[in-house]
Amino acid sequence: MSSVNRVYLYNRYERFWHWSQALLVISMLITGFEVHGSFTLFGFEQAVNLHTLSAWSLLTLWAFTIFWQFTTGEWKQYIPTLKKVDAMVRYYVFGIFNHAPNPFQKTAEKKHNPLQRLAYLALLSMISPIIWGSGLLYLFYSSWASLGLDSYLSLGVVAVIHTAGAFMMLAFFIAHVYLTTTGHTPTAHIKTMITGWEETD
Amino acid sequence: MLPNHPSEMLTTRFVLPMLAAIGLLAASNSFAANAKLETIISPAQAATADRPTIKSTADHSKFKLLDRDFKTGPEVTKACLTCHTEAAKQVQHTKHWTWESTDPKTGKVRGKKNIINNYCTSPVSNENDCMACHAGYGWKDEKFDFKAEQNVDCLICHDQTGTYRKLPGFAGHPVYKRVEFPHGSGKFVEAVDLKKVAQSIGMPTRSNCGSCHFFGAGGNGAKHGDLDSSLKHPGKYLDVHMDEKGLDFSCTTCHVTSHHEVSGSRYDAAAAVKGPAHIRGKKDETPASCQSCHSNKPHHEAMLNQHTEKLACQTCHIPEYARNQIGTESSWDWSLATTMGLDGKPMAYKDSAGRRSFDSKKGKWEWDSYVIPEYRWYNGYSDYKVIGDKIDPSQTVHINEVGGSANDPDSRIWPVKVHRGKQPYDKVNNYLTVQHTAGEDHTALWHNYDWQKAIAAGMKAAKLPYSGEFGFVDTAMTWPITHMVAPKHDAVDCAQCHSKNGRLQGIEGVYMPSRDSNRWIDMIGWTLVVLSLFGVLMHGALRLYSSKMKGQHK
Repeated sequence: MSSVNRVYLYNRYERFWHWSQALLVISMLITGFEVHGSFTLFGFEQAVNLHTLSAWSLLTLWAFTIFWQFTTGEWKQYIPTLKKVDAMVRYYVFGIFNHAPNPFQKTAEKKHNPLQRLAYLALLSMISPIIWGSGLLYLFYSSWASLGLDSYLSLGVVAVIHTAGAFMMLAFFIAHVYLTTTGHTPTAHIKTMITGWEETD
Repeated sequence: MLPNHPSEMLTTRFVLPMLAAIGLLAASNSFAANAKLETIISPAQAATADRPTIKSTADHSKFKLLDRDFKTGPEVTKACLTCHTEAAKQVQHTKHWTWESTDPKTGKVRGKKNIINNYCTSPVSNENDCMACHAGYGWKDEKFDFKAEQNVDCLICHDQTGTYRKLPGFAGHPVYKRVEFPHGSGKFVEAVDLKKVAQSIGMPTRSNCGSCHFFGAGGNGAKHGDLDSSLKHPGKYLDVHMDEKGLDFSCTTCHVTSHHEVSGSRYDAAAAVKGPAHIRGKKDETPASCQSCHSNKPHHEAMLNQHTEKLACQTCHIPEYARNQIGTESSWDWSLATTMGLDGKPMAYKDSAGRRSFDSKKGKWEWDSYVIPEYRWYNGYSDYKVIGDKIDPSQTVHINEVGGSANDPDSRIWPVKVHRGKQPYDKVNNYLTVQHTAGEDHTALWHNYDWQKAIAAGMKAAKLPYSGEFGFVDTAMTWPITHMVAPKHDAVDCAQCHSKNGRLQGIEGVYMPSRDSNRWIDMIGWTLVVLSLFGVLMHGALRLYSSKMKGQHK
């Protein structure tokens, strides 16, 4: 049995942020697709209320998290890089099946692999603006006239953009959840996100 | 001593025992009892004991002028006009008198006198019957004098005895002599006591307005669907404002009236009232609208208020009309009139709820209760067909077409009753016919069951050529629904419209979450989701397989 190194990767706030965000994103996906008319679960009115409540909760959570990112310097984790991206791609396409070692080792200084950084860049620079831009316009539909926006926008277009963003988010969510199982054991990453401690070989 | 005057009786029955009670309770010297006593009887209340019960400043039973045996309605009117000098002139300028209304856009003259409605069709040549609902006396043909002031009927709107009735067949007069009604039925209607009625005068109540408006088309609830006799004594469920034990509105609480001009009309409706609630001192152009009291932002939630940009209040707050067993007529098929029973004689029968269903005189009816409305964009304007307007018999003839669209800022989505049916039309000239239905003469349809004679006589009275060939055409008439407003907890909930196949399924020009979506975005989106799932499952399966292979190699 190999020796085990334990690294403390995620502190308490980070874990709280991650799991409450997860809960809110799941809640928004479920209620959002119900509002879209894909299925009936809570009923339209409740779905709208829960969706709106989750949106405001998530915005509040982000207000705290952005503050946390900058005061702790953790925002640097999200600086994208192309270095070793090819190695990561090769690992996920070939190496992972041949039990090749993961070319990236998590450290407290570098928590995200280069591919992950690119994925979060896409999330932050594309999916998020699409969803939140259209979502806030949707939410403030009643104020369009007073903001002078009503002649430029139509609810149908805003809703379509919001829906497109939601599909991207759902696809991201599926990939993200799957990739949590790619640690040295299928549950290793999930355990780390719960306890904060990463076990490495 | 027996009290012989109302105020004396009040004194004996209420004030004296109250004073006794006050004395007793005061003697008990208990603080709590005194506090309670103040809430039971305040000095102000004690002073009301001999206040007159009528609100008006005039008790018409005390007028010498009215203390006589009137022979006819016009005699009563003359007496009214001695004090109310301008009343008849005022009434003569209203639709209640003229049965006319001018289209503000086209100048076309509409009104009950000129349109052919989808029920009894036209009053022309049938005035003797139809004018039972005219606020006047003696309109039996085109020679009626619209200037004669004594012909104005004050009593139909102001009677407070509930005994003043106008029956079909008397050209708007009440019954002066005991009469068998309906003719040959063995039932009798007593002569009206005009003195008693004249002495009872008061402001119109729900029953006064209802004596015509509840019974339009000749049956309780038949015409409107949101107006029937259940509104005489409504509960909260039926109408949150008229609720007899609650707000107890009369019709005129909303239909505010000045110089006898009653506000609020179906011919030119205020369909999209904007802005805050109206306040005293400001000119109120739409007093009969919901918004005049509630404003166009009546909810706590901005999202609900937003809906007032597209929806009429009525759309959510009148979830169903005809909310009772009385129901309302949904169709009238005149083409089956003159169909006789197996014995060759006229027949008539009712439906299981006791409502008219078939009559050899009039054809076939269908009824409905608790009706979910249809919905239309509506801007308050209706284009009416009038007598002589051309029709296309290959299509359903719309007696009126409500104006409006999603792009019109003065349009809202309104609930409507659509009344359908079949009516006779002139096959050569292509217009709806006027038929002489009511009467005892040989050309009256309800007397002789002969369409040709009835149409010929009706068209002659309408001064319109008749080719001699008639057929039947599908017709429809649209009635915006506005009465029978439900308590807020009974309002239509979100999902009834925000769903596939919901109430507003057919409404175009608005994006409604849950009802609408972009087909392409949905298709591409779900494909992306399915591919993602497939991708991760394949990747996972391969990982599992490769680790098994590794295990075997060891």
